[in-house]
Amino acid sequence: MSAGSRARAVAWIFFAATQTVAGAEIPLEERRSGYEFMSRDTRAMQDDDATNPGVFWVLDGEALWNRKAGAAGTACADCHGNARVSMKGVAARYPAWDAARRRPVNLEQRINMCRTERQKAAPLEHENRDLLALTAYVAHQSRGMPITIAPDKRTEPFLNAGRATFMRRQGQLNLACAQCHDERWGKKLAGTTIPQGHPTGYPLYRLEWQSLGSLQRRLRNCMIGIRAEPYPYGAMEFVELELYLMWRARGMKLETPAVRP
Amino acid sequence: MAGLRAILSAALAASLAGAMPGLAEGGAGSPAYGIVKDAIPVSLTGAAGNAARGRMLVLDRRVGLCLLCHSGPFPEERFQGTIGPDLSGIGARLSEGQIRLRIVEPARINTATIMPAYFRTEGLTRVAAAFRGKPILSAQQIEDIVAFLTGLRDESR
Ligand code: HEC
Ligand code: HEC
Ligand code: HEC
Repeated sequence: MSAGSRARAVAWIFFAATQTVAGAEIPLEERRSGYEFMSRDTRAMQDDDATNPGVFWVLDGEALWNRKAGAAGTACADCHGNARVSMKGVAARYPAWDAARRRPVNLEQRINMCRTERQKAAPLEHENRDLLALTAYVAHQSRGMPITIAPDKRTEPFLNAGRATFMRRQGQLNLACAQCHDERWGKKLAGTTIPQGHPTGYPLYRLEWQSLGSLQRRLRNCMIGIRAEPYPYGAMEFVELELYLMWRARGMKLETPAVRP
Repeated sequence: MAGLRAILSAALAASLAGAMPGLAEGGAGSPAYGIVKDAIPVSLTGAAGNAARGRMLVLDRRVGLCLLCHSGPFPEERFQGTIGPDLSGIGARLSEGQIRLRIVEPARINTATIMPAYFRTEGLTRVAAAFRGKPILSAQQIEDIVAFLTGLRDESR
C-alpha cells in the first residue's frame, strides 16, 4: 500500500466511524411542540380560527368530503358519514399498517386509496390542493387529541428504519436530523430557533410557503437545507420517518391546521 | 466479522490520527494537506489568502454558512447563530494552522461535531446532485477565510 492510499483508507474509516450520531432521545416530559417556539403573534394566528389561514383548507376539505367523485359516483360521506364522528382520532394513529400492502401508509396515501379503490377516481398528486384539504379536514377531527402510535411486530421494522434515518448524517453538510432536533433544539440557527421537530400540526400553514403543506414537504425543506437529495414524495423512507416522528411525539396533542413561520 | 474488523480498524485509525502527523487527500484534483497535531500548518493553495474576501465569505449565509451557527464581531449582522462559539478574537486563541484544520476537518477535534468539513468530498451520504463531488468551499475560499479569522484578535465584540 502506498502512503497515499493508506492515508486515504485511514481517512475513510475514520469518517465511516462517525456517520451516525449517538442519538440521545428527548425525555418525554421535556418535549415541546413547535408551537411553543413561535412568536406570540404567530401563536395567536394559529389559535384563532378567524385568523388561522389553514382553516380555509379545512372548509374546502369539508366540501370535498360531501361531494361525489370518480366513476363510482360516491362521496366520502356516503360511506363514512359524519367525519366528526367517523374520523375522530384517526389521524392521531397514522401512519398505520395497511394489510393489503404489508407496510405502513400515511394519511394522504390512505385517503388516496379510498379515492382510487372506492370512488374509482384518479389519485391526487402530492401537495395537490384537494389532497391537502381532505387531509387537513380528516386530521382536524383529531385536533386536541393525543398521538397514539403503538408499534407492533409488523410496524416496528419500519419505525426502526425511520429512527436510523433520523440519526444518519447526510448531505454535503453531513448533518443528522438528531443533531439539530434532539441535541440542539432551543439554539439559534441564524435567526431561527431550532424546534424539536414534532409532526403535531400537519398539514400546516407555513408563512414561508404562503400555503398549507404536508409533513413530507417540511422534511424535504430540512433535507435541502443540509444539501441532501430529498426523497421523492411518497417514498417509503419518508413514511418510515413520519412513523418514527409520530412515535417520538406520542402523547402530544395534534394541532391541525397549525401555523409555522 | 466484517463489523468487528471495521471497529478494530476504526480504533486503529483514530489512534493513528491522534498520534501521528497525518496526511489526507482533499477533493478530486485538490492538493493533499498535512496535519500536524491539531493543525494544518501549510496553506492549501501554497499562498496566503485575501482577508477582505474572507470576511465576505464568512458573512455570506449561502456560501460560507458560518453565521448559521456562529456569531462574531459583526454588529451590523442580524440573526447570528448560537450553535458554535463566538468567533471574536479567534486569531488570538488559535494559530493559523489550527484555524485551517477546524475548517477543513473539524471532526479531528471533536468526532461528534456538528460543524461541516468544508473541504471534504468523500464518505458522504445522499449529497444533492448540485453539490456532489464538490467541497463546500474551495481551497482558495478556505485560505481567504483563514486569513480573515487569523486577523480577528480582539476578544471583545
Ligand atoms: C441544521 C439543523 C437541522 C437539521 C439537520 C434538520 N432540521 Fe428540521 N428544522 C430545523 C429548523 C431550524 C426548523 C424550523 C424552521 C422554521 O421554523 O423556519 C426545522 C423544522 C422541522 C420540522 C417542523 C416542526 C414543526 O413544528 O412543524 C420537522 C418535522 C423537522 N424539522 C424534521 C427534520 C428531519 C426529519 C430532519 C432530518 C431529515 C431534519 N429536520 C433536519 C433545523 C434542522
Ligand atoms: C365506497 C365506500 C368508501 C368511500 C367512498 C370512501 N371510503 Fe374511506 N374507507 C372505506 C372503508 C371500507 C374503509 C376501511 C376499510 C379499508 O379499506 O381498509 C375506509 C377507510 C378510510 C380511512 C382510514 C380509517 C381508519 O380508521 O384507519 C380514511 C382516513 C378514509 N377512509 C378516508 C376517506 C376519504 C377522505 C374519502 C373520500 C375522498 C373516502 N374515505 C371515501 C370506504 C370508503
Ligand atoms: C452547522 C454549524 C456550524 C457551521 C455552519 C460552522 N461551524 Fe464552526 N463550529 C461549530 C461548532 C459547534 C464548533 C465548536 C466545536 C465543535 O463542536 O466542533 C465550531 C468551532 C469552530 C472553530 C473553533 C472555535 C474555537 O473557539 O475553538 C472555528 C475557528 C470555526 N468553527 C470556524 C467556522 C467557520 C469559519 C465557518 C464557516 C466557514 C464555520 N465555523 C461554520 C459549528 C459550525
